[in-house]
Amino acid sequence: MGTDIVAQFTDSAMETVDSCTRTDPDGFEETLAELVAEPAVGAPLPSESVSLEDTVVDTDPSVEELSAAETGVTQAGTAIADYGTVTVESRPGGDELVSLYPPRHIVILEADDIVPDATAAFDRFETQVREARENGTAGATRVLETGASATGDMGGLVSGVHGPTEVHIVVIEA
Amino acid sequence: MSRSEKADKIRRVMETDGENVAESVRGKSDKTGAVIDSFEPYEQYREEARRIKEEAIESLPERIDEVTEAVEENGGQVYLAQDAEDANQYIEGVMADRGADHIAKSKSMTTEELELNDHLEAAGYKITETDLGEFIIQQADETPSHLVGPAMHRSPPDIAELFNEMFDLEEPLSADPQELTQFARERVGDRIRDADVGLTGANFVVTETGTICLVTNEGNARKTAVTPPAHIAVAGIEKLVPTVSDLQPFVELIAKTGTGQDITSYMSLLTPPVETDSVDFETDTYGPAEDRSFHLVLIDNGRMAMREDDDLRETLYCIRCGACSNACANFQSTGGHAFGGETYSGGIGTGWEAGVYGLDSAADMNDLCTGCSQCVPKCPVKIDIPWINTVVRDRLNHSREPESMDFLVDGLTPDEEPSGLDIQKRVFGNIETFAKLGSIAPTLSNAAIESGTVQKLLDRFAGIDSRRELPTLADETLVEWAAGRPNPNPDADREIVLYPDLYTNYFSPERGRAAVRVLEELGVSVRIPSVPESGRAPLSQGMIDTADGKASAVYAALSEHIDAGRDIVVIEPSDLAMFQNEYERLLPAESADRIADVSYELFEYLYGLLENGAEVDALPTVDGEALTYHSHCQQRTLELDPYTTEVLSRAGYEVTETDVECCGMAGSFGYKSEYYELSMEVASRLDDQLPETGPVVASGTSCGEQIAALTDDETPHPITLLDPDAR
Repeated sequence: MGTDIVAQFTDSAMETVDSCTRTDPDGFEETLAELVAEPAVGAPLPSESVSLEDTVVDTDPSVEELSAAETGVTQAGTAIADYGTVTVESRPGGDELVSLYPPRHIVILEADDIVPDATAAFDRFETQVREARENGTAGATRVLETGASATGDMGGLVSGVHGPTEVHIVVIEA
Repeated sequence: MSRSEKADKIRRVMETDGENVAESVRGKSDKTGAVIDSFEPYEQYREEARRIKEEAIESLPERIDEVTEAVEENGGQVYLAQDAEDANQYIEGVMADRGADHIAKSKSMTTEELELNDHLEAAGYKITETDLGEFIIQQADETPSHLVGPAMHRSPPDIAELFNEMFDLEEPLSADPQELTQFARERVGDRIRDADVGLTGANFVVTETGTICLVTNEGNARKTAVTPPAHIAVAGIEKLVPTVSDLQPFVELIAKTGTGQDITSYMSLLTPPVETDSVDFETDTYGPAEDRSFHLVLIDNGRMAMREDDDLRETLYCIRCGACSNACANFQSTGGHAFGGETYSGGIGTGWEAGVYGLDSAADMNDLCTGCSQCVPKCPVKIDIPWINTVVRDRLNHSREPESMDFLVDGLTPDEEPSGLDIQKRVFGNIETFAKLGSIAPTLSNAAIESGTVQKLLDRFAGIDSRRELPTLADETLVEWAAGRPNPNPDADREIVLYPDLYTNYFSPERGRAAVRVLEELGVSVRIPSVPESGRAPLSQGMIDTADGKASAVYAALSEHIDAGRDIVVIEPSDLAMFQNEYERLLPAESADRIADVSYELFEYLYGLLENGAEVDALPTVDGEALTYHSHCQQRTLELDPYTTEVLSRAGYEVTETDVECCGMAGSFGYKSEYYELSMEVASRLDDQLPETGPVVASGTSCGEQIAALTDDETPHPITLLDPDAR
């Protein structure tokens, strides 16, 4: 995957998120540490190059810890360069809850997971949903996330409603 | 409702809701316009979205079977409810079976349609609306004022006052949107944690996989679907699409046309029951994902019958983005509490109301669609919303009982309509008949029309507002003027028919005469045969059979000219729009195509002449004179307004074009006594764009009348500026 698409993703994402940082596996923990507000909870990262193991992020939070967390860290699935959109995959590790309840969401995105547009993304989703259903594995459910939760219902656009108030993306380039 | 009751209701809604709705929807309309303009594949995705919906509705019975199988395979249950009662009973049954007492709901217009909240409340259940807009109207016990923004009729101070009244707060809330949002999200957040069952709507349901797509910004639908161990999704059967990849064009369009965002914060693609553990905040434990239950409740409630209805079927393609409401001048001034029925609002609301509740529910809102067509290019699935409104109006005309005075006009008007037709509609729909009669003795007729007595009678019996100045008949019609007039260009290569539309012919022949002289100056041979009214007048009153007869007569009068290779040039944009669009519905396809292919708006045609060697210097030109130009709504939908601006620029004018959706007059609408005030309110936005002094021109007759009412100045057609005789 060329660097152009990463730059394109980053540009689009910056329209809606609070930060989007490009780093490599070596720089990951330092980048994360700068973004985390404690207490932080997370879902185990499927990534082979980075992990939350040696960080302050608790990847097996109780309900109480989930409720109290300031930060939730999850790894995104497919991301869309056109829109700066990331995908929260519903995994048994609790990605959906971790990305939803804490006010700050930190998204770990591997550069390889970025596709150019929604057409490419939905082709992938279609395959993933079919495979998950056929094999009885996770992968049939996801949420496309573009920026923080927001409302215009109280007059004026307000960020931070039932979902996170802040979204930070960390793009990992091999 | 009587005309004065209608006027009262509209006035009341304009006072309470108008300002807030206007600010919100006009902002959205501007944003959507800009986003759509810069989205290059817009038309391509609209075509695709339309095709997907058409095919899904066509194959609906198979789609229902397919989704049932898929959801059951996933471990969920599907219930196909015939009507509201059936759906409500089922949902109540799910609650009872689970021993649940509190249900959290994310936004769902379909459950508004079902009046599910009333049903569950009566059965003793606690209901929390989690969308903040819905939460507001739940507290206020109101109905949604917009498909997407249910509480947009309320300002932040209104909301603060409501919350301070409803909740026992130590510190009263201020009108700060941040503070109000913070307060509501905490209240609602607590309640979601407490709920036993979560209920969502569904923007789309994928039948192959049982995946439901939810389009939201707040995140409440995510929490509602995933926090409690049971999830009920309620969806009209029109929401079914075959595959996951079919979602793509909709996902790209829905926020752009609906709210003017590129994409919403969240697009959930849930294939329930989901693999996320549920959360019990009371006991601080997770509930295993395997124990989740999921119910998909599919709603018919009139939709299968809509599917069989050739005219209402299109309504089922609607994705409820609200674009048609935002683009609508009348909606902008009132909102869904006036331009709405039991549940649904705005232009497409008429189709939904007629389909799910019956014609009567659509009756009052229906007239607020003036057919201006500004919504048409904004609809992501290309629904002909004005046509749906015309059809519903026609059906209402046929369902109305005759009244005692009706015979008076019945005898005069040779139309194809039933005797119960509202006298006001009959008068406007048969305007050609009255113009013809009146022009036998125009001076006498004008004196009569201008007399206070006749205006009072017209107001009282036909609902023609006496605050309006009625157009006066010309001494000589355009057709009469043209007859026997020498043709200065008998050997010209270009021979055209200038269509003598009703307004030009009887009321404003001067613009027709100017058009003839301009065309002749540019080397064209012009003919003006007697051709009937296009059918626009009856069609706008929902008199489809009468309009159909007009279309046939126009075709008969023009076909020989078309055979002779003559182009048809049209001054009045609403008549050109008939030729270009509505005739498809009224004539055989081949006939409609033949007229559409050779008909042009006057300035579009002049532009073509200038591009093909004619010289603008042959006409009177100026040197940088400022000019304000108000195009016509239907002309803008046809994207023909730039030709006028361009030709006038070439003639030396510094043209400023207005950009409001509509002048508010919209043909007959502004003359009707029950809508006069709304018409003037809509016009006030145009007024804001008019210059203090300086000339204003307008392409449409009724737009010109409206501007003249605003400025007390004549507002001529732009062609009069180029008239060689005016030199």
